[in-house]
Amino acid sequence: MDELLEIQNVTKRFGSRQALNEVSFRLGAGTITGLLGSNGSGKSTLMKLIAGLSRPSSGRISVIGVPVGMDSKSLVSFMPDVPVTESWMKVGDALRFQQDFYPDFDQSKALRMLEFMKLRTEDKVRTLSKGMNERLQLTLALSRRARLYLLDEPIGGVDPVARTKILNALMEFYEEDSSILLSTHLVTDIERIFDEVIFLKDGEIVLHHSVEALRQERGKSIDELFREVFAEC
Amino acid sequence: MGIEFDNNQPIYLQIMNYIKGEIITGKLKPGDKIPSVRELAAELQINPNTVQRTFQELERETIVETRRGMGRYVTGNEETILTIKKDMAQDVLDRFIRGMQELGFQGEDIIAAVAENVHQRDQGQGD
Repeated sequence: MDELLEIQNVTKRFGSRQALNEVSFRLGAGTITGLLGSNGSGKSTLMKLIAGLSRPSSGRISVIGVPVGMDSKSLVSFMPDVPVTESWMKVGDALRFQQDFYPDFDQSKALRMLEFMKLRTEDKVRTLSKGMNERLQLTLALSRRARLYLLDEPIGGVDPVARTKILNALMEFYEEDSSILLSTHLVTDIERIFDEVIFLKDGEIVLHHSVEALRQERGKSIDELFREVFAEC
Repeated sequence: MGIEFDNNQPIYLQIMNYIKGEIITGKLKPGDKIPSVRELAAELQINPNTVQRTFQELERETIVETRRGMGRYVTGNEETILTIKKDMAQDVLDRFIRGMQELGFQGEDIIAAVAENVHQRDQGQGD
């Protein structure tokens, strides 16, 4: 498997608080990895570092060998856990905005995704429900032609039907030679789309393994293991 | 395709058993085309690499054949299908016999119990 993302001994401090401590792992090309952890475990911090929006206190991150920085921006598409759209926008404006920012934005793919998501370009972003807004954010992120997609809590909404729709869209529009790193604390519904999972606890990796191997070796679901590891949180 | 997955077991094994079941019961016939990795992954909402692995295993067991550039097909070899059927029947038997032994039944008792049950069912159908 070709290496896509490499993280070496990454530590991130905010003042005296240590958000990430000596985190190291590698992801192969064409894989979907779940970044699992409870709130405050460091998931979003790690995503922002990989996206190049913040710098590690120490350690190195590279995407297909390119150190994270200006040169890696075209390789990584990031869906943050807060919307990237402005309240005055219509869905169509959001698409144009994304296109202005990123030359690799694939307008025709975005329109196909919108149709699949039952979103219209004339819809006002302000009036979208939380679930519909998640669909829009996912559309914006997945419509870029990138190598690595960072999806921070794409299924935060509690509505199971909306969750299914997002999973469907992910499987339908995901490019198989790219990779996805997806953070979530809701494991049950989504664990079957992962190749691997990384458990992040208090800024440290406590487990990084293939999900099918975990099921085989332990006879347990990822959700069950997750609950064991994070029980005392 | 409708599969109720058990997340405690490897997913690729569950899909394999499901497809084998479809073949044995004739819902998938010899020579039928099976869905692509992409289609099945999207339909079942599972990882494409997991589906890929399922197909590789099915190919290894010669249950599925790949025709270059055309996709994957159920084997036309009736003997292979018969073998799967026997294998799956053997699994059911193993589980059954183990269960009966745990309840304290032994050889002849088990056979007698099965014979009586099958007999009763046959009579029930006759009514």
